[in-house]
Amino acid sequence: MLSEFRLPALGADMDDGTILEWHIVPGASVKRGDVVAVVETDKGAIDVEIFMDGIVREIVVAPGTRIPVGTVVALIETEDAAAAPVATLAGESGGEGLTPAAAPAPAEEGRREGGSTAAPSDRLKISPAARRRARALDVDVAALHGTGPGGAITVEDVEQARAAPKPSPTPPPPPPPAGAGEGGGMRDAIAAAMSRSKREIPHYYLSTTVDVTATTEWLTAHNAAVPVTQRLLFAALLVKSIALACRELPGFSGFHREGRYEDSPAVHVGVAVALRGGGLVAPAIMDTADKPLTTLMDDFRALVTRARAGRLRASELAAPTIILTSLGEASVDAVFPIIQPPQVAIVGAGAIAERPWVVDGKVVPRQLLTLSLGADHRVTDGRLGAQFLARIAARLLEPASL
Amino acid sequence: MTGPARITYREAVKQSIREALQADARVFLMGEDVGKYGGCFAVSKGLLDEFGEERIRDTPLSESTFVGAGIGAALAGMRPIVEVMTVNFSLLALDQIVNTAATLCHMSGGQFPVPVVIRMATGAGRQLAAQHSHSLEAWYAHVPGLRVVEPATIDDARGMLRAALACPDPVIIFEPISLYNLEGELTEAAAQVRLDGARVHRVGHDVTLVTYGASLWRCTAAADVLAADGIDAEIVDLRSLRPLDDATILASVRKTRRAVIVDEGWRSGSLAAEIGLRIVEQGFYDLDAPVARVCAEEVPIPYPKHLEDAALPAPERIVAAVRRLFSDAQ
Repeated sequence: MLSEFRLPALGADMDDGTILEWHIVPGASVKRGDVVAVVETDKGAIDVEIFMDGIVREIVVAPGTRIPVGTVVALIETEDAAAAPVATLAGESGGEGLTPAAAPAPAEEGRREGGSTAAPSDRLKISPAARRRARALDVDVAALHGTGPGGAITVEDVEQARAAPKPSPTPPPPPPPAGAGEGGGMRDAIAAAMSRSKREIPHYYLSTTVDVTATTEWLTAHNAAVPVTQRLLFAALLVKSIALACRELPGFSGFHREGRYEDSPAVHVGVAVALRGGGLVAPAIMDTADKPLTTLMDDFRALVTRARAGRLRASELAAPTIILTSLGEASVDAVFPIIQPPQVAIVGAGAIAERPWVVDGKVVPRQLLTLSLGADHRVTDGRLGAQFLARIAARLLEPASL
Repeated sequence: MTGPARITYREAVKQSIREALQADARVFLMGEDVGKYGGCFAVSKGLLDEFGEERIRDTPLSESTFVGAGIGAALAGMRPIVEVMTVNFSLLALDQIVNTAATLCHMSGGQFPVPVVIRMATGAGRQLAAQHSHSLEAWYAHVPGLRVVEPATIDDARGMLRAALACPDPVIIFEPISLYNLEGELTEAAAQVRLDGARVHRVGHDVTLVTYGASLWRCTAAADVLAADGIDAEIVDLRSLRPLDDATILASVRKTRRAVIVDEGWRSGSLAAEIGLRIVEQGFYDLDAPVARVCAEEVPIPYPKHLEDAALPAPERIVAAVRRLFSDAQ
């Protein structure tokens, strides 16, 4: 049967995107997880995966078109009843002429990320008055960003667009290098997500200073003994420690949505990556807790490289269940990070530095690291947060067991 | 009337009845406890002494009987003012009002107009529980042949009865129970009050609040809050619920491009529903946001104060509904 493939929301606060290129053509067969298109969003160019198996019947939206989240972009012939809830209905009614438009949209992962509870519509959201005004002023509404309810375009949006220099009527120019544009869409996306976080989430903060001398020594010894390609970064130890602590203590790795918190069954630690052009993204290392350190390190390297090239996968951006943000390179002692909704916790790491420390009653130089936790007070309390930090620290001090 | 004076809504209604009794010998007041007791809400207190039993008539507790008698008196050339204690009890007289008062003029080819005025208290807010607190205006506003009005201001409370008595059709005047103690300035405009037409109660530019009755004051409270947010709300007081003044509503909505209807009636099948659809029918291309409604919760109005408050279209709910039209922030 024919299923609709719609533009998914690639992370919180994404309202629309531009398809840059298709990796599929009509007649091609696709499998769940295949990268089928590249979409330009506020977060850069993102590889979009498909979540159904089947044959591509039709590419509905041509490259270069800016479209709202939820727009049908391709039609896929599927065999899978789960991806096509209309199949039963069609059977009962003798399978007569149910058009794709009449079929309920397939359940899409990540759709709720858009922040709106309204069902996505194929149509451009624009008020009747704005549509009429746009016609009168000859404004291209497809290029506008709506500020009304549900992201609808209002008269004011149209009038402001009119006041601004008119965009070129030709097809949009090639997008800037992905991830660039510090002053542009990414800044807006960060602003929206962080404002929402500080507005909605009652953060509490804890920090603890850990003597990681033994761990850094272990790391140095380990790296001296393996080929360059297998060397580990301290961050890899930290990511794994966080993942294991998440598995031990519920309440830090999951999502708070519509007034309810749910622990995520899988732990995907996101790593905040600063981009060279400014801004940052936090893609996930999938199933972090299950991976051996070397695999984790490979994933981590690949992720940073692709993040900086602006070639992240949609699932990697939407997946993190908790994030690590490390400002060690910036030589700060501690970070007090802001949670990325709908997550409920974020771990910060400062620089590892040699400092005076008391061991056995004597002040000695040691390698110290300050770990911090920003957590959602709707979900956990400081006592549990303290245990969580302590478990991360304990794991970190036994690197051989990671 | 000489110069502005501060009086209560109750006093304004009483003055209007007194004036009518003085001006026209055909006018009389009839209803349960309007005489010796002075009216269930003390509106007619003192009028029995002033005008006597012929013109201030206590009736048996039988709504169908005395409303029917009022209709008969109107047919016979009198100008009766019939008081039904609350709209809740008027259901016992519904047959008289809908099948007789509203129809006779039409069924007789215009030979028998029924110039009766029926006053009813309406609405909640005084902890009188479900059987005394409902807002059933929409049911009467549904019926052709009736005029239905609801004064919400002191001037309208003072002036609408005169206009109603001058009208050849049966007129239902709804008086919100919660407004009897409302105090305000009586102005000279009260002498010019018309029976029909909505009125812009407060001028604004960003959103239109369409309302009537006690909710007018909920809307003014909400508009004050919204003004502090930089949202400039216009308030349209319907005044007449049948006929509805589409022109005034639509002129306002065309200006503000957003409408929230605030109605103490229940949402389903409400006046708010009717007004909302008229806005969509006539003003679709002027809208910048979906039409919104704030109505009473769909429960029999509860007795406990906190539950009664929660059931009514409180200013906070109006403010929230308006904010939703401006952003997706929540």
